[in-house]
Amino acid sequence: MIKVAKLKNPAELEKLQQRLQNEHDPEKPIITICNGTGCRALGSENVVSAFKKELKDQKLDGKVGLRPIGCPGFCEMGPIVVIQPENIFYKRVAVEDVGEIVNDTVTDGKLIDRLLYENSSGEKAVHEDDVDFYKKQMRLIIGNNSQIDPENILDYVAIDGYSTLAKVLSTMKPDDVINEITASGLRGRGGAGFPTGRKWKACRDSEGEPKYAICNADEGDPGAFMDRSLLEGNPHSVLEGLIICAFAIGSHEGYVYVRNEYPLAVKTLETAIKQAREYGFLGEDILGSGFDFDVKVIQGGGAFVCGESTALMASIEGRAGDPSPKYIHTTEKGLWGKPSNLNNVETLANVPLIMKNGSDWYRSIGTESSKGTKIFSLVGKINNTGLVEVPMGITLGEIIYDIGGGIPGGRKFKAVQTGGPSGGCIPESLLDLPVDYESLSKHGSMMGSGGMIVMDEDTCMVDIARYFINFLKGESCGKCVPCREGLERMGEILNGICEGKGKEGDIELLEDLGELLADASLCGLGTSAANPVLTTIEHFRDEYIAHIKEKRCPAGVCKSLIHYTIDESACTGCGECLKACPEGAITGEKKQAHTIKLDKCIKCGICYDVCKFDAVRKE
Amino acid sequence: MKNEQEDINIAAVDSIIERHNSDVELLVSMLQDVQAECKYLPADALRRIAERLQIPLIQVYSVATFFKAFSLVPRGRHSIQVCVGTACHVRGAKAIVEEIERNLNVKAGGTTDDGEYTLETVNCVGACALGPIILIDDEYHG
Amino acid sequence: MTTNENGMVRLKINSIEVSADPSWSLLETIRFYGIEVPTLCYVEGLTPYGACRLCVVEIGSGDRTKLVASCTHPVWDGLVVRTHSKRVMKVRRMIMELLLARCPSSKVLQDMAAKMGISSVRFSPKHDDCILCGLCVRMCEEQMGAKAIGFAGRGVDRKITTPFDIRSDLCKACGACMYICPTCQLRCLGPEAKDPLCGGCTNIKPVCMEEGADDALCYMHPCVACVKEPEKV
Repeated sequence: MIKVAKLKNPAELEKLQQRLQNEHDPEKPIITICNGTGCRALGSENVVSAFKKELKDQKLDGKVGLRPIGCPGFCEMGPIVVIQPENIFYKRVAVEDVGEIVNDTVTDGKLIDRLLYENSSGEKAVHEDDVDFYKKQMRLIIGNNSQIDPENILDYVAIDGYSTLAKVLSTMKPDDVINEITASGLRGRGGAGFPTGRKWKACRDSEGEPKYAICNADEGDPGAFMDRSLLEGNPHSVLEGLIICAFAIGSHEGYVYVRNEYPLAVKTLETAIKQAREYGFLGEDILGSGFDFDVKVIQGGGAFVCGESTALMASIEGRAGDPSPKYIHTTEKGLWGKPSNLNNVETLANVPLIMKNGSDWYRSIGTESSKGTKIFSLVGKINNTGLVEVPMGITLGEIIYDIGGGIPGGRKFKAVQTGGPSGGCIPESLLDLPVDYESLSKHGSMMGSGGMIVMDEDTCMVDIARYFINFLKGESCGKCVPCREGLERMGEILNGICEGKGKEGDIELLEDLGELLADASLCGLGTSAANPVLTTIEHFRDEYIAHIKEKRCPAGVCKSLIHYTIDESACTGCGECLKACPEGAITGEKKQAHTIKLDKCIKCGICYDVCKFDAVRKE
Repeated sequence: MKNEQEDINIAAVDSIIERHNSDVELLVSMLQDVQAECKYLPADALRRIAERLQIPLIQVYSVATFFKAFSLVPRGRHSIQVCVGTACHVRGAKAIVEEIERNLNVKAGGTTDDGEYTLETVNCVGACALGPIILIDDEYHG
Repeated sequence: MTTNENGMVRLKINSIEVSADPSWSLLETIRFYGIEVPTLCYVEGLTPYGACRLCVVEIGSGDRTKLVASCTHPVWDGLVVRTHSKRVMKVRRMIMELLLARCPSSKVLQDMAAKMGISSVRFSPKHDDCILCGLCVRMCEEQMGAKAIGFAGRGVDRKITTPFDIRSDLCKACGACMYICPTCQLRCLGPEAKDPLCGGCTNIKPVCMEEGADDALCYMHPCVACVKEPEKV
């Protein structure tokens, strides 16, 4: 047992790492199970308990390790069990499989076929590296999740965690760090892509004390969960980045602002901070360097706008999350009017990597303008949902087809939304676009925080625009007129279009309002709010026109514009739809074609879902 | 009876404030603890916090009404939250909300007449790959 | 910040070179030089808020210009400003349209709209009384020191009220909030229920069009004849 004790200098850290590495038996089997929020929704906690019990019952708990980890990325196949050291990859593990896994695979080395993942080629993957999903990825950051039990700091320390911090504190000056980060070309991963080194320098050069180093973990984009997985899976990588940042800018007080909807991330982070303090990575005189730094976790209250820097800082100050003008940067006057540096979770996770391997190494990955890797959350109508980490410059098509495995059910790809509510929809014609900051913004979208929502032919693009506007309407702080009034009116128009009340001039009015928001809004929420609407008008104008002029929804989504009927030639009279209909709107005798009474039909679509004969049609 | 209840609340509120060192930066966290304790934010609790933290009551009220996490009216015994983030929306979250509204006879944002369930729509909870997601009393269901 | 020998900064407003004290806001500087820029949420003496966005001006040059709210924007050496560019006017008119649709009964808003030559409002009226400019809140806090009212809620549901919507012990009943409010000041009797745009002056025949009135000068501002012309921006 290793006694918890404050490490007084880098040499003691090295000694601890040596000891951990010596104690680790490379032959010892370790069962890793993902236990992040996502997999918990699939019952992973029960799987963990089942393994614990099984190992104890078989008296194997000394010989076989059990490590619950954060998200390894392949969410579609969760809960995922990977048995080290061979890295045997088992998908969708349930409590019932636990006994078999322990007996057959762990003890006897036999593979359980039904738990192996089948690649699109038809071949079964045995090891993690054989799985197609991972092949084109470059998992520099998220790859470490499988080595770490987030509740145990020593797992992080064992893989050289905090060594980079030790190196920086003992051998480098703050300006050296800033130069290295600047040279690396690292850009903010929260969405805007501002050069990180430049931000750190601006903060360092500003006058005023104290300076604040803040981590923005208010990941609000619907469909994005990269930051959550990093905080749940490897919180120390983010902390190490934050401490290095603080050293570089001259800050001794830091914050991590986590959104309200991430309770597990908050808990994991608080445990990590507590343990970091115990070992002396946070607090006074870190590793004997004379540098003090500590961190407070602040929880959000449920507001997307608090991801905006000035709103976030207002929230920390105990005020409502209203943004302020940023004509004077927050690096000059931020939290409590003092110089503040705000970085995204993923940006900070890149910092220890860059300081360890050097800016030249980092520059070798990515494109001319966008260096390094980016983690995307690939979700929506896609076969392989999950988190993917890829080098910048890979094309959208490669991510969606080679890694994502294409669209389920053989449906046709229609668009991919990048950048969340601030981004835009990218159609099929642009699938060759390389993923980097400039290419995406050149086409009306943006990289954003990394949410990538795939849509197929059954998605109505007008409905999507309406969805985003309604979302932003609910999240707008209400301070400035363009955003508050403009979004409400855009919502009115889009709701009207989807309900068949669209009229001539609506599209032009949407464009005018969009322009107003982009030009005159007070903060980024407003200025980018119209992007989903404007890009869908640009690439899918014909859908808008169909809704307005023909009162028709081509994708069959907008309820007011569709009606359900039963194709008599296909209906077998099985009565499933009749039973399922919540309104009793379907009539028919057994074995005879049924009919839907349109005046009673509320278009819930349940009959469409339950019919096994494809007899219910949407028109 | 009511005064007793309020006295209990104040003592609980005081201990929550002390646990947070009366730190205005932790105001949201304090409010969350009060809400967890009382199932909503009672007016007297907000007054107490303003008093102890020495900030204007209107500021506390502003924060309490700004954030979606807070309710100034009592909520149901069980909470049902349906995620309506983009990924879940694309996977049919709206239909789920409507189904629950129909079944429990309650509108999203409200509480059932018997005070048992509060139905809410929430923004993305970050489990997008497993959408559509419902949280029942903080337990996730994919 | 670079300044010249007097500690002033030099900038260009509408192609005119001017100097300003570095502590002035851009709006203060523009007004100092006699150029009119409309505002609603700005009042001298209260902290600038930057919410109505009427005071936007275009800064920068070439294809790298952007609109900024001048009430909250600083001045610096070399700043290039245009107060009435096409882009700026389009924004101001659209904001006016949205505000009129929200609060058609405010004479202040109707007059401002008439001055801008707005002849149609493309949105249905909401008949709200408040445009959330926040002047009353800042008045109460900064000038009266009472802090009795503030913002509650967010987005379209945002409103200005006392805590819990009940009578406040802190309210001094001074009336400063009503005094400063742009929508409380004067009621416009013109607008019909369906159309947020005031038609009041169109009901009055302008004096300059009366028979034998060669020496009658116009007392209306603006003349109704201009307002009735469809505006092309």
